[in-house]
Amino acid sequence: MLKLTNVKKSFGQNMVLKGIDLHVKKGEIVTIIGPSGSGKSTLLRTINFLEQAEEGTLELADMSVNMHRASSKEKIGIRKMASMVFQNYNLFRNKTALENVMEGLTVNNDYSKEEASKIAKHRLEQVGLSAFEESMPSQMSGGQQQRVGIARAMALRPEVILLDEPTSALDPELVGEVLSVIKTLANEEVTMLIVTHEMAFAREISDRVIFMDDGKIVDEGTPEHMFENSDNLRLRSFLKRIA
Amino acid sequence: MSGFDIKYFIDVLPAIIKALPITISVGLISMILGLVIGTGITLLRRIENTVLTGFIELYVSFFRGTPLMVQLFIFFFGMPQVFPQLAVLNAYQASVIVLSINASAYISEVIRSAISAVDKGQLEAALSVGMSDLKAMERIVLPQALKVAIPPLGNTFISLIQGTAITFMLGLQDIMGLSKMKAAASYRFLETFLAVGIIYWVLTLVVTRMNKHLEWKFSKGGAI
Repeated sequence: MLKLTNVKKSFGQNMVLKGIDLHVKKGEIVTIIGPSGSGKSTLLRTINFLEQAEEGTLELADMSVNMHRASSKEKIGIRKMASMVFQNYNLFRNKTALENVMEGLTVNNDYSKEEASKIAKHRLEQVGLSAFEESMPSQMSGGQQQRVGIARAMALRPEVILLDEPTSALDPELVGEVLSVIKTLANEEVTMLIVTHEMAFAREISDRVIFMDDGKIVDEGTPEHMFENSDNLRLRSFLKRIA
Repeated sequence: MSGFDIKYFIDVLPAIIKALPITISVGLISMILGLVIGTGITLLRRIENTVLTGFIELYVSFFRGTPLMVQLFIFFFGMPQVFPQLAVLNAYQASVIVLSINASAYISEVIRSAISAVDKGQLEAALSVGMSDLKAMERIVLPQALKVAIPPLGNTFISLIQGTAITFMLGLQDIMGLSKMKAAASYRFLETFLAVGIIYWVLTLVVTRMNKHLEWKFSKGGAI
């Protein structure tokens, strides 16, 4: 479904992705854990072409793209199939919650305004925010904004949702509401690739956990394997540090 | 002939105001054209092309770096030597063209810095829902940048209106051109130029007021 082959990315002299190979199956929920600076977020951002990889191939649904030479059309095609949920929500500040969810649907004339509004209202209902359709982002809490962010990503009916540390910017008491929305999506068999520091959440939700360190995938497996049985020393030491 | 003739001052004020539509229309049309050209320049700057970027930088640098009067003279008196077709332009048309180009250089700088004040995440989110760079600018970034740009754009408009004063040197009968004629005919320089000064002042106060209203209106939208 989503297949990455030999993805490499540097920032100046600093190589942050050192040849990543990753295969995510349809309906699979994969979480990526690892220390700060290990390349987790950069990996997600290269899939969305918010960072340009120097090397690598991306296969998603029926598209196969050279990540270094992707055309604008290919980038838009991939982005529509791989929606991003950002750490800082990044809701459009000049749009209401409803308009935020509608934008991606109407911008390329894929849907009429009426159809888009219907879809967006349904998505906002799913994340429990029907009462906030006309609210501006500045009038909403961080947790509510992130739920709109998830509704915005879901509205495009993407093949995969990329969640980049969706709860990192939230106050602790708001983390729960966002995680429970993500869990609801998990039950709907939505394919997800999640970068997170919430280990308990990763353990509960994931079909597979990937541990990244120093730009490479160091270990991967089921949550049980990763959190209990893995004998990978770097993973053990990482889990010990954050425990 | 000495002293301040209040009666002349009261008489000359409405006479000069008759030319106000010319001053306002030159200022307003130049501002609108300047906004269009300036925004276009800002968007063109985003294309990574060294030749184009170099040309735009030269353009902005020249029109910000030389006096408006020099630009007016080059265009109105100088250019027809090389392009005789330009000789058909009258003072009004030439003034609008030069003031628009001059304003566009300042406006492009204002819009450029306003765009950089918009959180980068806004552009990224727009791209990630499938917008092209241009669509993202049009629908998400520019509307937010405009809010940041309103106060400096108001200042640009004020400078532009005051800049229209030197178009009388091309022979334009704006409020300044008319004042100069009235003063020369009556030798009442203080009364006449004070009257025109007050008109510019009031015009500036009105624009400032309108700008504050726009700022307030945009701040209600919650952008940024």
